[in-house]
Amino acid sequence: MSDIKLENVTKRYPDGYEAVKDMTLEVQDGEFMILVGPSGCGKSTALRMVAGLEDISDGELRIGEDVVNDKAPKDRDIAMVFQNYALYPHMSVRDNMGFALKLAKVDQTEINRKVEEAAKVLDLDQHLDRKPANLSGGQRQRVAMGRAIVRDPAAFLMDEPLSNLDAKLRVQMRTEVSRIQQRLGTTTIYVTHDQTEAMTLGDRVAVMRSGILQQVGSPMELYNEPVNLFVAGFIGSPAMNFMPATVEGDRVKLPVGEVALPEGITGDTSGTLVAGIRPEDFEDAEVVGAAARGGTTFRAQIEVLEAMGSELYAHFAVSSDVSVESEELRELAADAGAGDVPSSGEEGRIVARLDAASKVREGEEAELWVDASKLHLFDAGDGRSLRAPRESAPAATAGQSPAGRDPDADPDA
Amino acid sequence: MTRQHVYWLIAILLVLLYALGPVAWILSLSFENPEKIGAGGFFPTDFTWDNYKLLFEGPPDFRYALLNSLGIAAIATFISIGLASMAAYALARLEFAGKAVILSGALAIAMFPPISIAGSLFDIWRSVGLFDTWPGLIIPYMTFSLPLAIYTLSAFFREIPWELEQAAQVDGATPFQAFRRVIVPLAAPGVFTAAILVFIFAWNDFLFATTLTSTNAARTVPATLAFFTGASQFTQPIGAISAAAVVVTIPIVIMVLIFQRRIVAGLTAGAVKG
Repeated sequence: MSDIKLENVTKRYPDGYEAVKDMTLEVQDGEFMILVGPSGCGKSTALRMVAGLEDISDGELRIGEDVVNDKAPKDRDIAMVFQNYALYPHMSVRDNMGFALKLAKVDQTEINRKVEEAAKVLDLDQHLDRKPANLSGGQRQRVAMGRAIVRDPAAFLMDEPLSNLDAKLRVQMRTEVSRIQQRLGTTTIYVTHDQTEAMTLGDRVAVMRSGILQQVGSPMELYNEPVNLFVAGFIGSPAMNFMPATVEGDRVKLPVGEVALPEGITGDTSGTLVAGIRPEDFEDAEVVGAAARGGTTFRAQIEVLEAMGSELYAHFAVSSDVSVESEELRELAADAGAGDVPSSGEEGRIVARLDAASKVREGEEAELWVDASKLHLFDAGDGRSLRAPRESAPAATAGQSPAGRDPDADPDA
Repeated sequence: MTRQHVYWLIAILLVLLYALGPVAWILSLSFENPEKIGAGGFFPTDFTWDNYKLLFEGPPDFRYALLNSLGIAAIATFISIGLASMAAYALARLEFAGKAVILSGALAIAMFPPISIAGSLFDIWRSVGLFDTWPGLIIPYMTFSLPLAIYTLSAFFREIPWELEQAAQVDGATPFQAFRRVIVPLAAPGVFTAAILVFIFAWNDFLFATTLTSTNAARTVPATLAFFTGASQFTQPIGAISAAAVVVTIPIVIMVLIFQRRIVAGLTAGAVKG
């Protein structure tokens, strides 16, 4: 077990393309770190550099105390779980899991003991003598996990290990992965494009976009205090709603009405801004009652109503006389859209999460309430949150010690 | 039976007749009494094992030739596949300067007509002492079969997911260990396919076998067949040649039967999802 430090790590391809730009990230001993971002954001490349499967063009990578830039994968004491599992098809499950130990010239009885122990943890003991071809997708995934576990390595690297499973199995295995990691307490870097996995699994989450680390923090930090439009739009499902806004004094003018300027907003509030409101910060005005503190109510034509049982998702459109013209915003929106975030960034389309008790009907006009204290404001030009200290570049937040969960204090770690 | 079935049946019968007719004829001739070989008729009029007895109990030429053929073809195949698998692996996996040159060079060798070097090889081999020796045949067989083996094998290597090798590397394997313990077993169908092709090439060769040999020391079966004589100087050697032709077919048939079990697609099934 050891910590992993990336210091100004860059991956540059011969054609000049930079897949990972100046990335600084510290993964603490025993921590479960998630790298998340849309496809092509460089998260897998970053992981593969840690694994030693890609050369590091610039910067320094440390595992424990050693700089491992020039070490072969086999000398880094890491185990990796691949997206497509990469099981050796000509070997039985037992041999697949024991392969690393065999290469390390571990005694055969010891190999058997460790493999059987891992198989028990993963519920694979019935299948040890079968070939990967005869296993189901979930079982193959567990073999891939088992191959990593038996090694007892310094770190686990997981490259979208659950993305090939069907939805139900994925949720089940997600819990499993979490349970195993907590039980073993091994430093883990987990790459995913699924923000739900990122939120539920990690001690800390690092959001990446176009090779640049955007923000590192605990899931709740990212959710409540996103440093820019991209993180705000990427984390959370349904995604945060964006709309144009202008600030006049201590009032914010939104397409849905005027609300009070929330506390903690610093920076330049002149010109057109982008306001972000989470779906759950809306509510049916009737459910909230008259005590609509700090918020405002407005009327909207409900276009689509999705009943989830425990809650309702109301889709409606807002029109606005101000429009945000921002190349950055459009790019961010497209980026976020690529990351399986439904309806994010589509201007004028709003999703509100309402209480199941709401009497709102599809196709009818309804009175909705919005909680203004939870409002996020972003610069339309560079997408940065007006809550975040403006002088700090997004990447600079990386590497700082997490304000969220301290892995050492985590009872499971 | 539908009309379509009938057409298919006719087509299949025609193909079988075309492909197996000559083989059946050779088989029939090999059992015919050598003195009645010109009697006509498809089936042997005077069934006899004499032709085969002559091969194995008569003059020793054929036995030597069989041994030479087996040895030379096997050694050439072994070396060729060993070299080709390493070359093909590099070509399939690595980007290096001169890769295109190597590929086109290999192709050029495959296209090169062997007859154009047969004469000069004869001279060179005589002066360096390789004439009429096993290495004298193994070297050209290996050379001319390498391009074919490299192309076949690199196609197979390309099919193997690269993640498997990376998984092996992360598991602690050196590049060579990854190659030997993961890639080669998975490429086995390709290796056997290439091996059969190379073996057949060496086994069937007549040109080098006649030009570069002169005695039983290295002469292979195809060349020996050409020098066959009848049991007496008045009998034609057709019966013996037919019998020898049947005998030389047997190792190839056996080899294909043994390896076809290995040459099944889908050995990589289960490696990766998708």
